[in-house]
Amino acid sequence: MLVYIIRRLGQGALVVSVMASVVFLAMYAVGNPVDVLAPPDASDAEKLLIARELGLDKPLWDQFFVFIGNALHGDLGKSFVYNEPTLQLILQRLPATLELAVTALTLAIAIGIPLGLYAGLKSESWFSRIVMSGSILGFSLPNFWIGMMLILLFSVQLKWLPAGGRGETVNILGVPLSFLTWDGLRHLLLPALTMSIYKAALIVRLVRAATRETVMQEYVRFARAKGLSRQRIVLVHILKNIMLPVVTVIGLEFGAILAFAVVTESVFAYPGMGKLLIDSINHLDRPVVVAYLMFTAFLFVIINFVVDLIYAVIDPRVSLVEAKG
Amino acid sequence: MSAVLEVSDLAVTFGTRDGLLKAVDGVSFSVSRGEVLGLVGESGSGKSITGLAIMGLIDAPGRIARGSVKFEGQELIGKNENTLRSLRGRRMAMIFQDPMSTLNPVLRIDTQMIETIRAHEKVSEKAARARARDALAKVGIPSPDERLLAYPHQFSGGMRQRVAIAIALLHGPSLIIADEPTTALDVTIQAQILSEVQTLAAETGTALVWITHDLSVVASLADRVAVMYAGRLVEEGQVADVLTQPLHPYTKGLIESVPSRNRRGSPLAQIPGMTPSLACLPEGCAFRPRCSRATEICLEAPGLTQHVGGRRVRCFHPSSNLGGGA
Repeated sequence: MLVYIIRRLGQGALVVSVMASVVFLAMYAVGNPVDVLAPPDASDAEKLLIARELGLDKPLWDQFFVFIGNALHGDLGKSFVYNEPTLQLILQRLPATLELAVTALTLAIAIGIPLGLYAGLKSESWFSRIVMSGSILGFSLPNFWIGMMLILLFSVQLKWLPAGGRGETVNILGVPLSFLTWDGLRHLLLPALTMSIYKAALIVRLVRAATRETVMQEYVRFARAKGLSRQRIVLVHILKNIMLPVVTVIGLEFGAILAFAVVTESVFAYPGMGKLLIDSINHLDRPVVVAYLMFTAFLFVIINFVVDLIYAVIDPRVSLVEAKG
Repeated sequence: MSAVLEVSDLAVTFGTRDGLLKAVDGVSFSVSRGEVLGLVGESGSGKSITGLAIMGLIDAPGRIARGSVKFEGQELIGKNENTLRSLRGRRMAMIFQDPMSTLNPVLRIDTQMIETIRAHEKVSEKAARARARDALAKVGIPSPDERLLAYPHQFSGGMRQRVAIAIALLHGPSLIIADEPTTALDVTIQAQILSEVQTLAAETGTALVWITHDLSVVASLADRVAVMYAGRLVEEGQVADVLTQPLHPYTKGLIESVPSRNRRGSPLAQIPGMTPSLACLPEGCAFRPRCSRATEICLEAPGLTQHVGGRRVRCFHPSSNLGGGA
């Protein structure tokens, strides 16, 4: 088990460092941040001054090694724009995005698993057909469009929910959370719904396919021959078997929501990490972009690790102990 | 002896794109207390479907088209799912062919056994566990207390089938339908399980319907045998009678196909042709195209006729040399 954890950590570190290098070099190629940061009427001397201050006057390789050296000491640099440590900037925005992601995923699971089970068990019924057609729609409609339509309907027409921003927050252990206040929940609902529709459609299709496969299994027939109730067969025998693919996808999708909430956060002017990323790219704020993507890669590594741990809990045949040889 | 199970004129059809397939067509037989009936036939002869139909486990697109299944004097056809559910696993149990897939891979053995007990009786978890342990010990599983906590993949095939048998025996059912339960096992394990099942059934007076394609299993285990071909019962009788003096040409072919019956060096006997598809059954007797005795009259469907010794056969030209053997 320990060997397993160490190996996974090593793989994770490799992924994060390769990612950081690629992004660092790519951001250098995109453009010169000084052009964006300096006032339009700045003289060449002033620009040079800014560049020297930010360490941008050195050749690329020097900049890169300085970055690596600092990163190894846990310092991911300061933002060009905010002049604050990048990690601090990201962590300030993390609770907002985390809240959004958890809410969206909870919605997606709450919608997706029951509908998928139903569609898998009664695949011929008209309700299942509607669910399946609906899931295709959920797949194909672009995120930003869904967001705008929801705003149009619930905020502009019905005036039930606010169109954007993050609501009132309360501090729990120093972390500002909004889902504990009524106002915060109201602000959270629309963006979370927007993000959950695609995920719910994905989970519905996944659960349905897995259910249809599982129902055919001999052990389901044996369970019926034992005289078990239908409820017990579906909720224990079938559900536990289909959780394996579902957990994998939910894990990956959770990472994806955290990392790429960009579009939804932009539509709803939601102050999360995604909004920070898009602003930073616009300003060519290299340290923030690099740190953000490193952080994201790190999140994926962690999530995949947790998914593996959950596997071992759900499926007794999965063992995390290293195979010999 | 009163019959535990009486099947009469049972027919199961499957609605498919090519029309209605008759998987089981007018099958009748009965099994008494403590009796072992071997239900023999090739793949696709409808023997497994017959077993499932008795348990009420036929799924769409299949359905029971007609006939009656009387179990302990109670008609099962047309009964609602809840009544059937309360009988399944309690009064009648079923064991399936592949022990590798009959146990749920993600649930522990104790979970799968205790749920079976508690589906039918209000007993405490502790009492149910004790019963599950005793049942495992009875089918010859060593250190049952430990094994209860194991998962199916930690058992060998033979051990898994023992667990399935233990589950089937939990409520002391009066009927067990065994659908080729030893086919997937090694011959040595098969022999062990056969003898144990025989002992257990004899002890408790449980009636057994043993579905198989293996005549040697029937010879060693069953009291009576029923042979199915293309969804129909073609011959039925006491095992000793049928195996030594088969009346139906198909039964005769089956017996001659058993390799050990051939003398070394002589070519293996076989039935020419192959099992017809249910979608295009030949007119009249379904065995006609493969039969050496077929004549004009076989274009009509033969009925089951009674013969001496309570034997029944569905053939216009049954073997007449009753004294001479096969």
